[in-house]
Amino acid sequence: MIHSMSTTTISDILTPPVHPTGLNGEEQMDTAFDDIKGTVGTQTVDDPKMSAHGVDVFYGDKQAIFDVSLDIGNNEVIAMIGPSGCGKSTFLRCLNRMNDTIPTCRVSGSMSLDGQDLYDPSLDPVLLRARVGMVFQKPNPFAKSIYDNVAYGPRIHGLAGNRAELDDIVTESLKRAGLFDEVKDRLDSPGTGLSGGQQQRLCIARTIAVSPEVILMDEPCSALDPIATARIEELIDELRQNYAIAIVTHSMQQAARVSQRTAYFHLGKLVEVDDTNSVFTNPQHELTENYITGRFG
Amino acid sequence: MDKLHLDQHISQQFNLELEEIRNKVLSMGGLVEQQVTNGLIALLEGDRDLGQSVSQSDYQVNALEVEIDEECTQVLARRQPAASDLRLIVTVIKVITDLERIGDEAEKLGRFSVELANPDETGKYRKELRHLGELVNDMLREALDAFARMDVDAALKVAARDGDVNREYSSLERLLATHLVEDPRQVSKLFKITWCARALERIGDHSVNICEYVVYLVKGRDIRHTSFDQIMKEFS
Repeated sequence: MIHSMSTTTISDILTPPVHPTGLNGEEQMDTAFDDIKGTVGTQTVDDPKMSAHGVDVFYGDKQAIFDVSLDIGNNEVIAMIGPSGCGKSTFLRCLNRMNDTIPTCRVSGSMSLDGQDLYDPSLDPVLLRARVGMVFQKPNPFAKSIYDNVAYGPRIHGLAGNRAELDDIVTESLKRAGLFDEVKDRLDSPGTGLSGGQQQRLCIARTIAVSPEVILMDEPCSALDPIATARIEELIDELRQNYAIAIVTHSMQQAARVSQRTAYFHLGKLVEVDDTNSVFTNPQHELTENYITGRFG
Repeated sequence: MDKLHLDQHISQQFNLELEEIRNKVLSMGGLVEQQVTNGLIALLEGDRDLGQSVSQSDYQVNALEVEIDEECTQVLARRQPAASDLRLIVTVIKVITDLERIGDEAEKLGRFSVELANPDETGKYRKELRHLGELVNDMLREALDAFARMDVDAALKVAARDGDVNREYSSLERLLATHLVEDPRQVSKLFKITWCARALERIGDHSVNICEYVVYLVKGRDIRHTSFDQIMKEFS
């Protein structure tokens, strides 16, 4: 045999992974960190819906994102993958200014939606979040009826003139989220009484009820079983016809299944972004290769 | 990323599975190479016993093909390999198909060598196969080395020799046709020798295929049905 097997001891396995907080393996972290010079692949698209350029994000003194530039195209799903703490969720949350709610968080660089600066002081973040909706890891329906969960957004944004219009929006949103048939006879029962997968589709219905242009999804299937996951993935594919979608996922298979482009983050840097097909068959950066094949970084 | 680091997975079990698959492909390669060498010796030396043993040993190659195929299927189902791991599995599935066919050609050599083993006129005709036989035998060995070492340069060098094989085969065809005209009584035997030449030429083709898979495995680039000049431009 040409190469020998590496011998792994229990202590190797128990050693915690290198983490950007610098709590351990400082030296090792610095080497890997310095190895990442710029981004491999194509960061831009012809027709971007959202665009980030030279984005740095800090939590207090700690920098979480380093000089990330990335476009999100119309009618495409872009998957963001990477180990825990790599900054993918932080980046996603910057795209609809969710990080504004964290007092120590500071964002620099430019981010835009249809060319409009997201961090323009005159821009109302509430309106921005109506245009750029978000679905979270754990389904988080309000403690209200199924109907009211979906009607909540349209009500506060005044999207419906009367009850009939509101009914239409709720029905249409539930239909597009693939949930209507399962709940049409119990729209008045509490949203929290649904199964996990149904709750997540309810949250998606709630997100699309305000007619967003972009949907951000932060590990939307991590709490769901494979059948519910398959339903959500099917839904993502249908939603792609009308929206731009960015999804953060820990499941490489999911990224490979649902996305057209894949971005790999590592230690706060965007290491590689390209067509999903190329990333999963022939990644150009060694760190991407190591991550998607489950090798030691 | 020329080295595939097959032993670097977090899952030790996955390392072992890939390592075992690779080892089995190398054993299968060794077995096939031995079959071709023995088949060729049997043919050139008129060694009936050796020819017999070659024609009866192909089942070992077939069994390995089935076994490796099964293990690859298991890895696909259970590990969902990506990137270089995926390319390795795809490459292995293709390489063993070509190896199995080379095994079939070797079996043919063994079978014909038994039929041609009588010490008669055909002795001198059989020996015409020596040059072609040695050429493809070398190519096969080097193709298997290139696979074992995942060596793109070596793979391309082997692939470049396909033209030599084709030229040698054509001139051999003409030569055997001339013999046929001169000595029509030997028609059936000369046909068998032509079949042997054809088998050797096919072994060369399969060796080239293996080399193309090596390039795919290491570089992630499919060079099948691409002109050789273009390939060399890209990789040199």
